[in-house]
Amino acid sequence: MRDFVNQKSKLLKPSGIRKFFDIVRETEGAISLGVGEPDFVTPWKVRSAAITSLQRGFTQYTGNRGIPQLLELISRYLFERFALSYDPKHILVTVGGSEAIDLALRACVERGEEVLIPDPAYVSYAPLVTLADGVPVALECLEEDNFVLKAHNLEKAITPNTKAIILTYPNNPTGAIMTKAELEEIAKVIVKHDLLVITDEIYAELTYGKTHASIANLPNMKERTVYVSGFSKAFAMTGWRMGYVCAPAEIDEAMFKIHQYGIMCAPITSQYASIEALKDGFSDGFATVEEMRDSYDKRRKFVLHSLTEIGLQCFEPQGAFYAFPSVKSSGLDAETFAEKLLRQEKVAVVPGVAFGSFGGNNVRLSYATSMQSLSKAFDRMDAFLQSLK
Amino acid sequence: MTALEKDILNILTDDARISAKQISAMLSVDENTVKNCIAKLEQCGAIVKYTAIVNDAVLDDSIVEAWIEVKVTPKKKEGFDGIAKQIASFPEVKSVYLMSGAYDLAVLIEDRSLQQVSRFVSERISTFDGVISTATHFVLKKYKIEGTLTEREDADNRILVQA
Repeated sequence: MRDFVNQKSKLLKPSGIRKFFDIVRETEGAISLGVGEPDFVTPWKVRSAAITSLQRGFTQYTGNRGIPQLLELISRYLFERFALSYDPKHILVTVGGSEAIDLALRACVERGEEVLIPDPAYVSYAPLVTLADGVPVALECLEEDNFVLKAHNLEKAITPNTKAIILTYPNNPTGAIMTKAELEEIAKVIVKHDLLVITDEIYAELTYGKTHASIANLPNMKERTVYVSGFSKAFAMTGWRMGYVCAPAEIDEAMFKIHQYGIMCAPITSQYASIEALKDGFSDGFATVEEMRDSYDKRRKFVLHSLTEIGLQCFEPQGAFYAFPSVKSSGLDAETFAEKLLRQEKVAVVPGVAFGSFGGNNVRLSYATSMQSLSKAFDRMDAFLQSLK
Repeated sequence: MTALEKDILNILTDDARISAKQISAMLSVDENTVKNCIAKLEQCGAIVKYTAIVNDAVLDDSIVEAWIEVKVTPKKKEGFDGIAKQIASFPEVKSVYLMSGAYDLAVLIEDRSLQQVSRFVSERISTFDGVISTATHFVLKKYKIEGTLTEREDADNRILVQA
């Protein structure tokens, strides 16, 4: 029999997180700080709306783009919360933010074109670029720059083959955000080299202290930006797989076709749940979102404080729900640190190398977990660090 | 109430075992400030007591709880206070609230058996001067106690490590 699997799929690296997950699963009594999703269950009102939609018999396909009411609500939401103005007819509801990224890459990247990925980065970007026949290029973001992308580093990485850049701020895994001023600096380089921006702003609601700035809002950027977001992080709706993407008309049209043939439409039940999430948000100024953010913020502060106490250096993350401390002071590289910590003290953190070529000195630690677990985890990490001395 | 007091109360009502040190980290406030604030809340009676929320359905001990609706003729000068405080002084009585509506006092009673509760109502509460009538409602099942669901919704169905 022939080998049916193509080279492209064969050459995809298995996710670095996967390997780690297997060890964690076998470790009884482990406290995991490796979870990349909210520790809130979707608010009841939202779940209830989904149940009602099922009771009323809404079990069919929707239009390819999504339910018109949802598109209207997303448009209003983006305008009221982030001052972004997107016509509902250029918004496309996708199966999670992941589909949106995939669509953008498949719609825009030609074979061999380079896509810049600030690194450390979310694990899916590089493989999706490869699958779109593009070439992923890691762009190192330095800890001393607070993991923010700097214009001069961007400039250096650009070649005649560079087509696009993927931005993720607030960032997974580092928790970094980029301010409007910082974005303006890189926007100049982006315009100068005529690049496309795919901006994944799934964590936009989760910034602490500073308000979120979108690169799509800067002058001359909207026409070269594909804006990706979704309901997973802000509304604690990861399992519903609800994302959306907004783009200039031509890109939107191309993505629409791929979505139409590949996916047809996002699940109708999830769409009704999302309609409720937004309607409920508008009714009380997004109080539920604010409450969740406030809860993350308290834990963020606790984590930062505790990291300092046990002697791990960490820049202050201002977004998402991750801290990305350096473990250099332990004398171990991040991978050994994570593995030893897990075996010795049963605390799971994710080594930075899982998120790209850089971040070898850091581990990602998610604080989307209870204060009790965090507190216990830090006691154990303290004991672990003491044992190394 | 100051913003700090509100923040501290929010944290403590969710988990009273969180230490002043942890709270100080969570709020980025000096530990002594937190301690003083808590002391003040305790002194002025805003924090009545630290306790555990127990779901006795899980335990083998059979405990019977009942809400008693009590209709009362208020007395001159003291109104409902006198009789409410009298009822509240019994150890079997867990809560006493003055209510608007069809009855006056809502009294939560906890005892070891149905008979004990019935006897307490008929022999104690009903006999007080000013009590017009009582209606006893036994608690059958608790779904939510003090803002907490008894059957927890488990956010930790989550996969242990994810991107």
